[in-house]
Amino acid sequence: MAAISTEQAGAWLADYAQVIGENAAMLTDLDRQTGDADHGSNMDRGMKAVAALDVSSFDSPGALLKKAGMTLVSNVGGASGPLYGTFFLRFAGALDDGPDDASGLLGALRAGLEGIEQRGKAERGDKTMIDALAPAVEAFETQSGAGTSAALTAAAKAAARGRDEATDLIARKGRASYLGERSKGKQDPGATSMTLLLESAARTLGSA
Amino acid sequence: MIGIVVVSHSRALAEAAVALAEQMVPQESRPQLAVAAGAADGSFGTDASAVAAAIEQVDSPDGVLVLLDLGSAVMSAEMATEFLDPAMAEHVRLSGAPLVEGLVVALVTASTGATLDKVESEARNALQAKGKAVG
Repeated sequence: MAAISTEQAGAWLADYAQVIGENAAMLTDLDRQTGDADHGSNMDRGMKAVAALDVSSFDSPGALLKKAGMTLVSNVGGASGPLYGTFFLRFAGALDDGPDDASGLLGALRAGLEGIEQRGKAERGDKTMIDALAPAVEAFETQSGAGTSAALTAAAKAAARGRDEATDLIARKGRASYLGERSKGKQDPGATSMTLLLESAARTLGSA
Repeated sequence: MIGIVVVSHSRALAEAAVALAEQMVPQESRPQLAVAAGAADGSFGTDASAVAAAIEQVDSPDGVLVLLDLGSAVMSAEMATEFLDPAMAEHVRLSGAPLVEGLVVALVTASTGATLDKVESEARNALQAKGKAVG
């Protein structure tokens, strides 16, 4: 038994797919200012394919989330494909192997973060999705004694704060890095979609 | 003879680059070559699973050289090597060469039966000839 159920993992993915659909135009617009104007449409294509998976056909949350990761790898197209794909693959592996409480979810989040850092060769302060995810993992850890729900709420808030703080940074990774100084003051699309993922987790995985 | 994989965000770009390079080598002496390019629906993109499948298709005991266009092509190719049998992944090399020039040089060099090391280093230096030509 993992820290969340297969049904909860399915609810998380369905919620995120809906939120990405609602925010696709906004994400693409952010990406138009600093990148190649496809983040929202790419993520929407990927998450629509994920939402079409039959949750009941998976026998563990890890199996479902692994399939979600591979579906993103094959359907997103841009850099967010291998990045979110790696996040879900690593998250899934750690989740199924981990304990069935908040620490299991913490281990999964941390594995996902490490996967993205390794895949993107990026670190905190580069103005990427890591600037939302890294503080979220820290906040989750600090609050994990208070239970999964409180920890996830703290993580989502920390992600939003990290996303906002990254706006003033100069991009050092990806297409936005070509802009140099001009990337300063622009909200990062990856940090934005990552914050949406953690907010979605707080809504759907809280009762774990 | 090594195998060659071309990873690009665009299938049209990859296929044109391959056609251009293949002009240099008669069909019977060409290395095995596979393309992993574009998203499934025809839009721009790269897919790590497709890259892994392309590598498996041209795999040779002499090794496989993977040529890439830009940006997330590198991430997808690195992820692809994690999907492979570790024994196969060991002799797969990602090339930092420019796609068009590197592919031409890689194809020509590989067709002579050169080692993976040799093909990789020749491909990486593929821009030098053009640099000299423009002075």
